[in-house]
Amino acid sequence: MSSTRPNQLFRNISSKIAAIPMIVTALFVFVGGTIWTVVYSFTNSGLLPRLQWVGLDQYERLWATRKWLISIENLAIYGLCMLVLVFVIGFILAALIDQKIRFEDTIRTVILYPYALSFVVTGLVWQWMLNPEFGVQKVVRGWGWESFTFDPLYSADIAIYGVLIAGIWQGSGLVMVLMLAGLRGIDQDVWKASRVDGIPTWKAYIFVIIPMMRPVFVTTLVIVVTGIVKIYDLIVAQTGGGPGISTEVPAKYVYDMMFQANNLGQGFAASTMMLVTVALIVIPWAILEFGGSKHRD
Amino acid sequence: MIDTTSAPLTGPQGPKPRKPFSRRNIFLYGTLITIALFYALPLYVMFVTSLKGMPEIRLGNVFSPPLEVTFQPWVKAWSEACTGLTCNGLSTGFWNSVQITIPSVILSIIIASVNGYALSNWKFKGADAFFTILIFGAFIPYQVMLYPIVIMLREVGLYGSLGGLVLVHTVFGMPILTLLFRNYFTSLPEELFKAARVDGAGFWAIYAKVMVPMSLPIFTVAVILQVTGIWNDFLFGVVYTSPDNYPMTVSLNNIVNSTQGVKEYNVNMAATILTGLVPLSIYFVSGRLFVRGIAAGAVKG
Repeated sequence: MSSTRPNQLFRNISSKIAAIPMIVTALFVFVGGTIWTVVYSFTNSGLLPRLQWVGLDQYERLWATRKWLISIENLAIYGLCMLVLVFVIGFILAALIDQKIRFEDTIRTVILYPYALSFVVTGLVWQWMLNPEFGVQKVVRGWGWESFTFDPLYSADIAIYGVLIAGIWQGSGLVMVLMLAGLRGIDQDVWKASRVDGIPTWKAYIFVIIPMMRPVFVTTLVIVVTGIVKIYDLIVAQTGGGPGISTEVPAKYVYDMMFQANNLGQGFAASTMMLVTVALIVIPWAILEFGGSKHRD
Repeated sequence: MIDTTSAPLTGPQGPKPRKPFSRRNIFLYGTLITIALFYALPLYVMFVTSLKGMPEIRLGNVFSPPLEVTFQPWVKAWSEACTGLTCNGLSTGFWNSVQITIPSVILSIIIASVNGYALSNWKFKGADAFFTILIFGAFIPYQVMLYPIVIMLREVGLYGSLGGLVLVHTVFGMPILTLLFRNYFTSLPEELFKAARVDGAGFWAIYAKVMVPMSLPIFTVAVILQVTGIWNDFLFGVVYTSPDNYPMTVSLNNIVNSTQGVKEYNVNMAATILTGLVPLSIYFVSGRLFVRGIAAGAVKG
């Protein structure tokens, strides 16, 4: 028995060597790093991490901090609007492009190119476009509508919607592409059948096509939501969190706490809250998507 | 005359022809063109702004084409624009980004393709468990792992260097790339692999002589995905490198959002285009492959 043991370990050894980077990444960075951050979120780490337990103090302080509450509120507003608009715009665009149009490639290319640009570039372009002294506001006033006001980045109440415009401009192309792939995957016979039954096109979309595209919608949802939670560079470039702290977001709170305020414990607690948010979305999705398939096998 | 009803199939065939200017077409193309204009507008505004002089910007309209074309803003953005006290323009950031992107792309693709190959053709016990962790890891917000990685890099003496950032990009590119390669290698006919085995080829020989030559399209998709992703990164650049090594996105942000001096919008927009130029050219040249990269990443991941 004992002579077969080394054989087991060295069987397929090249493959195991090839997988070492994956194993190290999975265990040390993803699992280890996450556990480390969660554990240290219960300490009073300041400039350097230290294991001095303070229980839930960091979380209590977090939820009593105005900047964090505003970050959460912004993420909720931005996230909800982004989600709804990006899906509506992406789906309508895909449906329009799916009508066997001419110049399909050109139109698709134009709608998707913002997705190739970084969030920093996106944020800076829209900072310029929405600049009230030079941008859209000035142009419309120049056309004769003197009282026209559109300066979202300069009024704290609506600044987050200025970021939203940039976010939609950058991200809706992705949803369009995914939806278009979903629409192309639908059997033409479904359309023929609905036409024979005399169902109007819009009704066919809502009651037949969209339910059939459930898997595409679910995957797109997961991608869009995880992207929303991570939003950071766009804010840094476009508003820097301002005016005041009106466009702060959780990812920026984490960065500011860890690398500028020397308050690591707060940063760890805030990032743990981000992890919880993502887990609440990804885990049910994973159970739905992969848990069910085990029964089918 | 009566004959026409007895032969109903001899009539015109194919779908009903549509008039080019039907109400449907006007609505359809009208909507699409309007939307396309909205998407194209910022790129256009960037370009025209970067070609104007500052007096013209102050007087005019962001949408109007430049009356007097000047390339001065581009020169200034590239080599003279200031971030704080240093005035080297974007060129330093550009070369840093090149030095970060090339090794990161090569290293991450080699590691992920070998790994995907091991997972598809040489599966060992427990491999799937690690792969599942890897895929779920892709969903963890980066902020959760930021500081543990700072500690790891400090331990090996790479914190603040370009090498450290290359390693970080390799790690975070691994989930999506491994998935991409694993799925592709699994889809290749298994007989090829078996025939090579019968001929006595081992793990590395089959990888180098059978798998890689057959997988050039997927390698291209991976390169596109990685070059744009790494070039556009901001967070890792700002966290894991020192100011001398900042990638282009970070220097761009520092140039445009620096609070000192008079704002030169034309220089800022020239700098913005310069930073977007690499991913944009890749996008316009690669076309469908770029879309395929997105779709591959979106399937499950």
